[in-house]
Amino acid sequence: MANNSINIAATAVSGPSGPKPRPLLSPRNIMIYSTLFIVCMYYALPLYVMIVTSLKGMPEIRLGNIFAPPVEITFQPWVKAWAEACTGLDCSGLSKGFWNSVKILIPSAALSILIASINGYALANWKFKGSEVFFTILIFGAFVPYQVIIYPIVIILRELGLFGKLPGLVLVHVIFGMPILTLLFRNYFTSLPEELFKAARVDGAGFWGIYFRIMVPMSLPIFVVALILQVTGIWNDFLFGVIYTKPENYPMTVQLNNIVNSVQGVKEYNVNMAATMLTGIVPLIIYFASGKLFVRGIAAGAVKG
Amino acid sequence: MTSVSIQNLDLNFGSVNVLKQLNLSIEEGEFLVLLGASGCGKSTLLNCIAGLLDVSDGQIFINGKNVTWAEPSDRGIGMVFQSYALYPQMTVKGNLSFGLKNARLPKPEIEERVARAAEILQIEPLLDRKPGALSGGQRQRVAIGRALVRDVDVFLFDEPLSNLDAKLRAELRVEIKRLHQKLGNTMIYVTHDQVEAMTLADRIAIMRDGLVQQLAGPDEIYNRPANKYVADFIGSPAMNFFEGQAKKDGTINIGNLDVDLKGYEFADGPVNGPVWFGYRPEHVVLGEAARQLPLCVEAVADIVEPMGSDTLIWTKIEGVDFRIRTDGQAKVAAGDPLLVGMDPRYASIFDQQTEERV
Ligand SMILES: Nc1ncnc2c1ncn2[C@@H]1O[C@H](COP(=O)(O)OP(=O)(O)OP(=O)(O)O)[C@@H](O)[C@H]1O
Ligand SMILES: [Mg+2]
Repeated sequence: MANNSINIAATAVSGPSGPKPRPLLSPRNIMIYSTLFIVCMYYALPLYVMIVTSLKGMPEIRLGNIFAPPVEITFQPWVKAWAEACTGLDCSGLSKGFWNSVKILIPSAALSILIASINGYALANWKFKGSEVFFTILIFGAFVPYQVIIYPIVIILRELGLFGKLPGLVLVHVIFGMPILTLLFRNYFTSLPEELFKAARVDGAGFWGIYFRIMVPMSLPIFVVALILQVTGIWNDFLFGVIYTKPENYPMTVQLNNIVNSVQGVKEYNVNMAATMLTGIVPLIIYFASGKLFVRGIAAGAVKG
Repeated sequence: MTSVSIQNLDLNFGSVNVLKQLNLSIEEGEFLVLLGASGCGKSTLLNCIAGLLDVSDGQIFINGKNVTWAEPSDRGIGMVFQSYALYPQMTVKGNLSFGLKNARLPKPEIEERVARAAEILQIEPLLDRKPGALSGGQRQRVAIGRALVRDVDVFLFDEPLSNLDAKLRAELRVEIKRLHQKLGNTMIYVTHDQVEAMTLADRIAIMRDGLVQQLAGPDEIYNRPANKYVADFIGSPAMNFFEGQAKKDGTINIGNLDVDLKGYEFADGPVNGPVWFGYRPEHVVLGEAARQLPLCVEAVADIVEPMGSDTLIWTKIEGVDFRIRTDGQAKVAAGDPLLVGMDPRYASIFDQQTEERV
């Protein structure tokens, strides 16, 4: 008997043991890494070109070698894009558009997220007669093409005295964000255990008490998702900005377009590149700052939605 | 005095009739267990009492007050949920004091009540932890504490132990019993664990499809089940049933056997007609002693399941599968001949039509 068990132990040592070795250059790895590399290049190359170009002077650009790194690094194009570039007669650069965008973004994002989260909470936890119908109609709103309602909104804003003003644009953004954000929040809140809500009711918390003290603190990931959706959506918006505001209130995207597409004089590629990157910086910062939470929130919504 | 009284309660989810004209009244300080198969409406009933569901019809009284339309927090109830339902972002202390803060109690009083509950449940060292950092048993203790601090008259438990492992469940079961003896509150406790029901309850309400089948003490439920459903539901392994013909002279005919039902307490005298003869596996007498009993048959052990404390034997009598539970020390092997004896005193007999006890 004893002999037998010793034999078994010996064979165990010579046979496969521990983690299975995986060769680095297996066909599988080659496929994965080459695909990743190509995709990576696809996105990274244009970015690289933009960065190098924006750091070159015009003479260097005229040489035509767009992949070459700058011989003489200059930040002049960035300064010009921010403070001096001309759109028509106005030569104050993108800075004005940036602040306009900030003034549009902050109230739009804050209001739409606040209202949508309360909507979603009410629809998830405080079912009332007709709440399902209400929700269906709201979701339907997500599928209405923008083009159809552009003109009616112009009239509504005019009647309200908001046309061409920032509050008017904020109102439009809040309303357009509502269906998708409400859906997002409702699905998230329904995925939270119902017993928590019941326990809070037994503990005497009311509609707002449960919302602020129980639901909101548990929902950071979904708030981050909503924030990212809204910040990128509103910051990148061009259509509403161009239609519902006047030139002095134009958001950054519209101004960027005006700078890049201005027909007077030579095309200053370096300034255009710098201006484009300046415009993209806010969503980029948001992505980098909250990437992990974003992924978690999306995953939570997807799995249990 | 009645603590909780439910009168003609109806509850519908759309067209689904979950509770049907349910009547129940619970004495002050009583420990009532609602027992029933999954989906029979136990949680629904508890939620109605708590005010978390709007009833479709009927009334609910707590301490003599009609609370049918009252908010959950105004009913004088505390509730413990199966999934604990602790507020994850608050500490244990925050969880315990949340309800008290909502009731706008003065701070010193909140402190005092939290401290007392923590002492009773022995969770003092955990007060500053978040629920995520607690074990299952500790979480359930905190959940009980949350009901405890509110100083309510009625405690509602919805399967509070079913997420715990067997050992912990047994421990907490005893603790809940101790808590009840100490506080003397009315407790309504939902479970589908028979052992919990039998050990904790003053009275058990067996529910089926939104109706109470029998409301009685554990002893009565076990020994004198009111109908075949209750008899089948209570006891593990389940009661054995034979089809039989009862006769007015107090005998019963089961297949080839004629049995004198001497000692069986009929509800109102011997009956005539087709009946179910039910007999619990643990009341079977084996061996020579069986010869003394009115019902004694020979059988062969099919399967033997030794379980340590006792042994389960499967056999066939009159063509029906028959379970026997006997001493753990019994030396029986599959294929052994058995002498099986049954005493009508321990039997339960049900009408085949109505399935009610006769
Ligand atoms: N919101 C609802 N809408 C429709 N039907 C429901 C709803 N909630 C419960 N039901 C139904 O009501 C019946 C009773 O449910 P309940 O939760 O009270 O069962 P239970 O006795 O607590 O079961 P378990 O032991 O599994 O917890 C079930 O058949 C269930 O399908
Ligand atoms: Mg239940």
